[in-house]
Amino acid sequence: MEIKTVGVAGTLESSDIQIMISAGQNGIEVDLDSEVAKSYGDQIKKVITETLNKFGITNAKVKATDKGALDCVIAARTLAAAQRATETTDQPRLEVLQ
Amino acid sequence: MTYVKNRLRRTMMFVPGNNPAMVKDAGIYGADSIMLDLEDAVSLTEKDAARMLVFKAIKTVDFGGAEIVVRINGQDTPFYDQDVKAMVRAGVDVIRLPKTESAAMIKKLVADMEKAEEEYGIQKDSIGVMAAIESAKGVLNAPEIATATPLMMGLAVSGEDYTADMHTHRYPDGRELEFARNMVLQAARAADVYAFDTVFSNMNDTEGFYRETKYIYELGYDGKSLVNPRQIPMVNKVFNPTKEEIENALSVQNAIQEAKAKGSGVISMNGKMVDKPVVEKANRVIETAKASNLIDEEGNYIGE
Repeated sequence: MEIKTVGVAGTLESSDIQIMISAGQNGIEVDLDSEVAKSYGDQIKKVITETLNKFGITNAKVKATDKGALDCVIAARTLAAAQRATETTDQPRLEVLQ
Repeated sequence: MTYVKNRLRRTMMFVPGNNPAMVKDAGIYGADSIMLDLEDAVSLTEKDAARMLVFKAIKTVDFGGAEIVVRINGQDTPFYDQDVKAMVRAGVDVIRLPKTESAAMIKKLVADMEKAEEEYGIQKDSIGVMAAIESAKGVLNAPEIATATPLMMGLAVSGEDYTADMHTHRYPDGRELEFARNMVLQAARAADVYAFDTVFSNMNDTEGFYRETKYIYELGYDGKSLVNPRQIPMVNKVFNPTKEEIENALSVQNAIQEAKAKGSGVISMNGKMVDKPVVEKANRVIETAKASNLIDEEGNYIGE
């Protein structure tokens, strides 16, 4: 999937995560800002990377600002940002979340 | 999850569909039904993200046994088609159609749901529908809306939009809603579906909230829409049967058992015949009492 623009989804409110996706060349590079990065950083990055791979994105720069989001929220926000970045929001790929 | 036609639905709590904090906690307050909102609570630019969040939440979040209803966007919006598909795929219990004005709108929804069920291999007729009545036209057409499909779960009055359509607004005494409330309730009862009253949004007016809830309970409504979890115990308090009602209902059930044991077709209690409406009312009382922990497993009263 080609990244055509910068895609942002999610907010900075509690229990949410803001995901910003832009074009990259070196796989999925996640720059994570989270108060729980020490304990859950790897898990958060894993959910983001897996969601993007399932969607068909293998190269991207991701800026993630986490406010204590559950895995289901991380996956949903990542997909929303990916669809916006690839300008495909009119064709929701919900199977990525299954 | 699968749609169940008959269940306790005293409280239907509105939860904004794009708010992860509220969505993840929605199940802890003991609402009978939770209505995840994709419509008015979500801004136009976030419809796609909210739909994904709600989809994933339905699949993963523990809502504590509450019925899950999703209010999709209206048929006059560009979001409707994808909302229907996504919620069918998610396996929601009930889809709520806003601004329902005719039976045709409900029939279109059901047809669109069937198409999606086929496309995604979801069991046919496993999802119910409900109609939000929000306009003069919707109120006048409530009878045909209520009977538009066997999948109809219920009708809900939406006071804000309705009063705007009627060139008025909401007043504390609720007289401006009198006709709509009665019309929608009559239509729901005649069609054997549930009836839900509108939200009461002034959280500081506790007395007004109790007054309105008592009023709609006395009219015969099944439940009330809520915007704040603090209102759940308040509604339950009004809908809870009294000790006398529970004891009477238990006597009716005992009389039924006795009649069955004797092989008698006629049920009598204190020398009087117990007919069908009395039995049905008793069953409703017992069901509510159980849900509110007012009686134990054996049917003994354990309330205050």
